[in-house]
Amino acid sequence: MDTKKELVVPRIENGTVIDHIPTNVLYQIVHILGLENYEDEVLIGNYLTSHKFIRKGIIKVKNKYFDNEEINKIALVAPMVTIIRIKNYEVIEKLEAEIPDHIDNFVKCMNPRCITNHEAIPTKFDVIDKKSLKLRCHYCEKFVTKDTIRFCE
Amino acid sequence: MSNLKGRNLISITDFSKEEYIQVLDIAEEFEKNPKQKILSDKVVATLFFEPSTRTRLSFESAANQLGARIIGFSDPGATSVQKGESLHDTITMVSSYSDLIVMRNPKEGSSRYASEVSTVPVINAGDGANQHPTQCMLDLYSIRKTQGTLDNLNIAMVGDLKYGRTVHSLTQAMCNFNATFHLVSPEELKLPSSVKMSIKNAGLKYYQYTEIKDIMATADIIYMTRVQRERFADPLEYERVKDSCILSADMLKGCKPNMRILHPLPRVNEITMDVDKTPYAYYFQQAQNGVYVRQALMAAILGVR
Ligand SMILES: [Zn+2]
Repeated sequence: MDTKKELVVPRIENGTVIDHIPTNVLYQIVHILGLENYEDEVLIGNYLTSHKFIRKGIIKVKNKYFDNEEINKIALVAPMVTIIRIKNYEVIEKLEAEIPDHIDNFVKCMNPRCITNHEAIPTKFDVIDKKSLKLRCHYCEKFVTKDTIRFCE
Repeated sequence: MSNLKGRNLISITDFSKEEYIQVLDIAEEFEKNPKQKILSDKVVATLFFEPSTRTRLSFESAANQLGARIIGFSDPGATSVQKGESLHDTITMVSSYSDLIVMRNPKEGSSRYASEVSTVPVINAGDGANQHPTQCMLDLYSIRKTQGTLDNLNIAMVGDLKYGRTVHSLTQAMCNFNATFHLVSPEELKLPSSVKMSIKNAGLKYYQYTEIKDIMATADIIYMTRVQRERFADPLEYERVKDSCILSADMLKGCKPNMRILHPLPRVNEITMDVDKTPYAYYFQQAQNGVYVRQALMAAILGVR
């Protein structure tokens, strides 16, 4: 974080900072983490100047520590983000989002003939290739790739 | 020997190479002696959510010859499914009435889901364009029976290699047996790159052609499939290529004496009737072999073989 310069997004005392978010996926991450319904302070900055990216997004969530499963979901859209846990204004842990081996009840199958699009069944995907982000539906065995990935409502 | 009792067969990858061979060996026994009342205390449910008369009759004949009783439906029109009952509820109910479920359903992945809901084993008899593993097993049985082995064969696939589910499954299965693949299809209907990749990953070779005559001297098996007009965006293109994937008796000159022609049936015009009388035609026996393979699967899954 650019602590020397003026802080565009204020510091939080306790909670989680998700930094270095590509600007085009910031609101997707807000949605993935369900922050629309989070009833405490959420600070969102987008198109901020950073060293790593020309422009970046940042999300600060007060009084919330996400578990690994939630963090790993972020990796599906933005594998390079940094997740920082803050306690008493201090960084207590820095994590990287990691693409999991299996993804349950989160990604939508793009095959219109897939059973998961016709019955109320939680979706399941196996991750075939983490680098290129290639997933295979556990049910219809069709592939979902980075370009076609969509999330359950 | 693996114990196949209680196993599901949803996708060809659910069984190992050794387990396939085990089922083929059991099928050989049933071919010699098909009427054995070893399942007389069992109930087999055949649930056909879309009609497929050939597949259903093959399964029901197999179950009947082993003495099993059969319940089920051949068309969901007259059942509670029509009234909107979920697959979950249908399977829960039927698995309490039966010892084994055979299911065909046009929704892809439906059989996998059914196997997770069911308390009894499930055999997939086709889930849309996804999997139809017993077809693949009867293809393997027919190849082994006609060639005496599954190893080191030249397998030619002809016709619609792009959408043909049986072609993809058989290709994947034959990748376990050091096959060389000869692919004959119109440009629009070539084998998908993902299937070609599995051939490459197995360290095997494939060759592509546009005419059947190019593979006649090398093929041990010619696996024919139907080229459908609906697959072509341009009807003129269909007219131009449709004859390139038709096999007639005069084209068989120069083939290997052991060569046999397979076809998943039903055939339309891609194999002319004059081929039927040649010693190379094997597609009707192939369909018959389906009964023995299905007997073997049911017997193994129900724990009597
Ligand atoms: Zn699917």
